[in-house]
Amino acid sequence: MKGVRLNDITKTFGKVHGVKDLNIDIQPGEFFTFLGPSGCGKTTTLRMIAGFYYPTDGKIFFDDRDVTRLQPNKRDIGMVFQNYALFPHMTVNENIAFGLEVRKFSKEEITRKVDEARRLVRLGQYGERKINELSGGQQQRVALARALVIKPDILLLDEPLSNLDAKLREETRIEIKRLQAELGVTTVYVTHDQTEAMAMSDRIMVMEDGYVQQIGTPQEIYNRPVNKFVSSFIGESNTIEMTIMSIDGEKVIVKNEHGVLITGLLENSSPLAPMNKGEKVHVSIRPESIHQGEGENTLTGEITFVEFTGLSVNYMVDIPGITLKVMIINTGGKLLEIGDSIQLNIPARSLYFLGE
Amino acid sequence: MKKQTIQSSQDSLWARITRSPSFIYVLISPLFLILFGYVIYPFYQTFIQSFGSETGLNNYERFFSFESTANLEALWTSVYISVISVITCAIVGVLMAFLLERYDFPGRRMLSVLVLVPMALPPLVGVLSFTFLYGESGIIPRGLQHIFNLEQVPFALEGVWGVIVVHTFTMYTYFYLTASAAIKGLDPSLEEAATNLGASRLRIWRKVILPMLTPSLVAAALLVFMISMASYTAPLIFGVERTMTMQIYLSRTNGNLDMAATQSTILSFVSISFLIIMRWYQNKRNYQNLSKGISVHRSEVKSKVMKVLSVILSFVGVIILLLPILTLILISFSVDGTWTIQVLPPEYTFDHYKALFTDERTWRPIWNSLQMGFVATVGNIIFGVAAAYAMVRLNFKGKTVLDILIMVPWALPGTVVAVNLIAAFSEENIFAFNQVLIGTFWILPLAYFIRHLPLVFRSTSASLMQMDQSIEEASRSLGAGWWMTFRKIVLPLTLTGILAGTLLAFVQSIGEFVASILIYSTSTMPLSVAIFQKMYAFKFGTACAYGVLQIILILIVLTISEKLSKGSAGSAV
Ligand SMILES: Nc1ncnc2c1ncn2[C@@H]1O[C@H](COP(=O)(O)OP(=O)(O)O)[C@@H](O)[C@H]1O
Ligand SMILES: [Mg+2]
Repeated sequence: MKGVRLNDITKTFGKVHGVKDLNIDIQPGEFFTFLGPSGCGKTTTLRMIAGFYYPTDGKIFFDDRDVTRLQPNKRDIGMVFQNYALFPHMTVNENIAFGLEVRKFSKEEITRKVDEARRLVRLGQYGERKINELSGGQQQRVALARALVIKPDILLLDEPLSNLDAKLREETRIEIKRLQAELGVTTVYVTHDQTEAMAMSDRIMVMEDGYVQQIGTPQEIYNRPVNKFVSSFIGESNTIEMTIMSIDGEKVIVKNEHGVLITGLLENSSPLAPMNKGEKVHVSIRPESIHQGEGENTLTGEITFVEFTGLSVNYMVDIPGITLKVMIINTGGKLLEIGDSIQLNIPARSLYFLGE
Repeated sequence: MKKQTIQSSQDSLWARITRSPSFIYVLISPLFLILFGYVIYPFYQTFIQSFGSETGLNNYERFFSFESTANLEALWTSVYISVISVITCAIVGVLMAFLLERYDFPGRRMLSVLVLVPMALPPLVGVLSFTFLYGESGIIPRGLQHIFNLEQVPFALEGVWGVIVVHTFTMYTYFYLTASAAIKGLDPSLEEAATNLGASRLRIWRKVILPMLTPSLVAAALLVFMISMASYTAPLIFGVERTMTMQIYLSRTNGNLDMAATQSTILSFVSISFLIIMRWYQNKRNYQNLSKGISVHRSEVKSKVMKVLSVILSFVGVIILLLPILTLILISFSVDGTWTIQVLPPEYTFDHYKALFTDERTWRPIWNSLQMGFVATVGNIIFGVAAAYAMVRLNFKGKTVLDILIMVPWALPGTVVAVNLIAAFSEENIFAFNQVLIGTFWILPLAYFIRHLPLVFRSTSASLMQMDQSIEEASRSLGAGWWMTFRKIVLPLTLTGILAGTLLAFVQSIGEFVASILIYSTSTMPLSVAIFQKMYAFKFGTACAYGVLQIILILIVLTISEKLSKGSAGSAV
């Protein structure tokens, strides 16, 4: 189990920039996730940790060892590829045994470890199968077993669930998390799926266009997104531009151009937010934090869209100058209809002031 | 936590050299060195020689002068033969493709297997069987003369038309293969849509089908033109002296080496131009996307008359396709020297086949060819696999140059390759380790190696391209070094591709005639030259037995390749 540190890492491909000025400090045993839209540089970063790319600038450390330009086969990492990259000319057992053979374990030890690894990923009786005789989910587990059997210092996974169907994805997600917790291996996980990231990670790094946007625990990222990109990429959010009217101790009052006033709390503001009187600021409000009826920040609006999902009722509500997405937990009450007027309240602590 | 002591170990001089961005050029330099020494340098030597001993453009002036027009005539005849060959091959190949892909009739299955028979005929053996069948004293003309009691044979294949008929027979397969692939890709709904819109059959052909076939037909036409220009065996056997390749051969045998060099240079220019046009066209074509996976439905031939007609036609087709091979087999049993003016050989024996393996003198050329083919093929494997790996997996400047340099010797006529080798290796030279290669064992394997450079390269790169790079990376991340990854992962996964190209290179080396005839030495006479000499010594039986042996070898190889490519789609050229 080792920590991973990236110091001022930049990678460019010719003129195209891959990632820029990355600084990451991953703790030993941590489950760390790179999250961001396609093309933002997640794979590039992971491949530099694996040793398939060398950074254009900056240094990479495993604990205190500089591995920036160490060859991939000398890094003691386990890697699971998006398309699994299993060896098609070998059986399940031979695939899993490959890393052990490279490490020159004895025959008996290899057999023992391979059996153990196969049981670990619940592929008990599939040892002699050829790879193309396995389903996608089973192949995924072979890839995991192959990466884990060498007891790697660091486990790297690049969108390992993206080729599975929805149900398998959830099962495998739980499986990976279970294995990681059991083995305690430092894990770097790449995904563009925020649900996956939230459910599995100790910490998440949100990336966009080669730059880090925010690093934090899932709660921090969800509840206190630093900017508009993070707040809209993680979960659903209403992001509204408003002007700060007054700051009175903890209380911040903002207003839009139609005169709608809302009150929030100063502590719920991103370090990057311009919290001064008269400044324009983006306010993030999660749909599920808006309630029906009277309370703090009571507003009245007209319903323009209704959607019933079972778990909740989703409304779009028009308030002068603002269209709010609202999610009300379904308690079996009567549904409102398009054109109906609705009274809403937003607790002051549910407002979050974003930076640019 | 560990201290930074380990760090120093990875900064050794060697480590710093190997990870420098320029190190890749050290790795690929052997490839370029080989291409330089055995392709560019010989070519350059010929080019220098083409100006003759005096400086100036003397030879070129003579080539294009109107006083002695032999060379211009030869150029004209070569172009003329090639153009007609393209037309006849296109007609036969495309018709065959349509017939077999779109119609169902009795005998279709048989015909669709046999349609590729010409590919199994080694060039020299193919031409020989044609003269045995349709030549002046051939079986068919004499048979007709005999049956109808004519004074003279009613027809005989000879001269330019002989060459064209042989070209048509041996090369229509290029059109057939590309056209039938294209027809398989044609969306039948397009045709149906056009019919629904009220278009007549002719109009559909002109407006819908032909435009969609055009790209593949152009590609095939370029290929057939190039191969016809390079054709040497057919003009040689049919005695057409005024073709470029024959002129080179004659200049060379008359000792006029400078002129041979000039003619070679001019012919190379034509061939390389065509290679470049072909590549350009194929790259352009990649953008076009025929819809795939729709199997074309075959219409059944229904009317009685048509049914009978189609049976007769496919029977005739099968006969024409099989006759050359049957003739070779028949003559291979004839007693040497007995077949003179009879329709068919009068006496038969099994001795030629026995002699092949028991008589030292008959066995020798076979053994020579096996040895020389083996050496050349080993070279092709090493070079082809390394070049394919570099091309597909490594990133360096000069990829296009590498690709073209590998294709050039394949595009050059064998005659030209031979002339180039003579120019370069008649003297000591560092690429021959300061030896004179001409007249030694090594010159022919070298020629075979060069002529078949792209075969292993192409089939190997095709399989490499199908292999996901992350499979190699997985192996590296599991701790395997580059070499171990190559041995345990890359080689096993590309083996079918490598093998397919290897087999093809080997049989082509065994049958190579065009370059061999110019540079062989009597101590290492190859099989093809032996066949040629036996022919001219009227030992038809032995010559044909050699030929049948070659065909058997080719059939074995084709069968194995077919089996191999079933598993993976890595195909050779
Ligand atoms: N080998 C490469 N050559 C050139 N550009 C690359 C290469 N790999 C990645 N890139 C570019 O770097 C950026 C980040 O890519 P990547 O790390 O694959 O994104 P992600 O994995 O987040 O989808 C993209 O703009 C991509 O086009
Ligand atoms: Mg990616």
